[in-house]
Amino acid sequence: MSPSTVTLNKLNLQAHPVDEVGIRERVARLATRSIKKASKVEGLKLALSMVDLTTLEGADTPGKVRQLCTKAIHLHSGRKDLPMVAAVCVYPTMVRIARKALEGTPIQVAAVATAFPSGMNPLAVKLEDTRYAVAEGAHEIDMVISRGDFLRGDYGRVADEIVQVKEACGKAHLKVILETGELGTLDRVRLASDIAMQSGADFIKTSTGKIQPAATPEVVLVMLLAISDFYRKTGKKIGMKPAGGIANAKAALNLLIMVREVLGPAWLTPSLFRIGASKLPNDMLMQLEKERTGVYQGPDYYSND
Amino acid sequence: MSKNGLNGKSGRLDVRKTYKMLIGGAFVRSESGRALDVEAPGGKWLGHVCRASRKDFRNAVVAARKAAAGWASTTAYLKGQILYRAAEMMEGRSSSLCEVLQSVGHSSAAAKSEVSQSIDLLVYYAGWADKYLQIFGSVNPVSSPYFNFSVTEPMGVVAYVAGEKRPLLDLVSGIAPIVVSGNSVITLSTGRSAVAAMELGEVLATSDIPHGVINLLCGLREELVGQMSSHMDVNALVVQGGDEKEHAASREACALNLKRYFLKSQGSNCDEDPYRIMDTVEIKTTWHPVGG
Repeated sequence: MSPSTVTLNKLNLQAHPVDEVGIRERVARLATRSIKKASKVEGLKLALSMVDLTTLEGADTPGKVRQLCTKAIHLHSGRKDLPMVAAVCVYPTMVRIARKALEGTPIQVAAVATAFPSGMNPLAVKLEDTRYAVAEGAHEIDMVISRGDFLRGDYGRVADEIVQVKEACGKAHLKVILETGELGTLDRVRLASDIAMQSGADFIKTSTGKIQPAATPEVVLVMLLAISDFYRKTGKKIGMKPAGGIANAKAALNLLIMVREVLGPAWLTPSLFRIGASKLPNDMLMQLEKERTGVYQGPDYYSND
Repeated sequence: MSKNGLNGKSGRLDVRKTYKMLIGGAFVRSESGRALDVEAPGGKWLGHVCRASRKDFRNAVVAARKAAAGWASTTAYLKGQILYRAAEMMEGRSSSLCEVLQSVGHSSAAAKSEVSQSIDLLVYYAGWADKYLQIFGSVNPVSSPYFNFSVTEPMGVVAYVAGEKRPLLDLVSGIAPIVVSGNSVITLSTGRSAVAAMELGEVLATSDIPHGVINLLCGLREELVGQMSSHMDVNALVVQGGDEKEHAASREACALNLKRYFLKSQGSNCDEDPYRIMDTVEIKTTWHPVGG
């Protein structure tokens, strides 16, 4: 038996057909909740503390990463009541720089690995990529699944890769990116979530941010439901990380509502829920400043990174 | 019109106009769902117009900001062409513009005159597009080896509260000098002049002006001017009309982000005036080293 068959046999993959219409309706109903004033302020601060502040550009430089880390620590000058973000998410070669810049803070350093974003490399290269990032000091690894293998039905290989990457992670937390924008249907999103959780993911994550659509509310809801089912069966709490295309404070608050509704308050903590974003914090900061000053804000007064 | 909505003469169903605002190139109702009644001077009911909420204004700011950079970097020549094209569109729809002005109380002659003045004014400012910089920019004498020059730059997003005396002309005379330099604009029309503004929206939407460069709102002055003054993502506020109390409050709120506040006079003698372009531009001075 090939290794992939071994893993596949261990998986308990049941069909969970997703009711797309029902999902859409529930998402629409959840989005009608309006959160204002004091609850909004608390919600935004909570959401900020869950942000994985991300820069994943080919043009990233050590200077840019250091700048991002400074922002991760001090979100907005003149406000001492703001939390720090949960983590900074960078490419493996930037991990050491981020670790140094964040020394002495509780902010985690997450590295994307396994031939991010396409995952189109041999397993050996992906494992080496992971080991390198961990050796550089990454607390968390964001891996991508092989969508090509998944789409042609080779679930065993997908699962096998996750198991081996998890091994290569050692103590580092593993987030598994499904890249839902390439999976096509919500049924497949559900199946990929189940495979990832059963293969050892600590977090499941929607997207790389390089493909549209990314973290749509529908996809997030399906993944949350998968986490909920997995928790009921195994008692294991898997984390969730929507990433990509979450552009404004309202969308972030809606995510919190969804998590609270589907998984309950236990998941409303940075150790089980993260939001991957680069531009989102500024919109949340503008909303917070609006609540403080009563005046609507403009992006000119907020740092770009 | 008969009670059942059928037109007595032709037997056709009346197809009446819904006056909508223009935000980001889209015709929208107020997000609040509110509307205002508009009456002709004699008290005859003309229809409903939207009553913009503060949220509508904020949406317009987002649309205007999005459009600002692209419009600012459009070449001066092209900006002139595009504004001229808008004047062409107005010319084509001058009869419906006249009708709207007559419906709010203008005589036929007054309506005609105001429409042609508005079109001419737009053509006038279109002509300034590639000329005002030569007039207002300068090469400055400095006593060191530098080439020192000052050029104008658009401010960004400008809000404009139009007066009610000349429903169409007050609007055009505000918009044209603001956008010709590359600003995007959000206008507020109040009272019955709103119907003329909404008609103008339909003209502008079919011109080549990029979506979001001109956004037309209508609603209540007292409800929106405060927000227009305090919004941190608005770079300048130009107003016509209003009382001293409003002006004082606006000036104070504008100071929050050093927004430029400009009280525009209402009169035909100051419509054609290139200095109006200067009201909403910044001057940038550059020191460029020269050999020697």
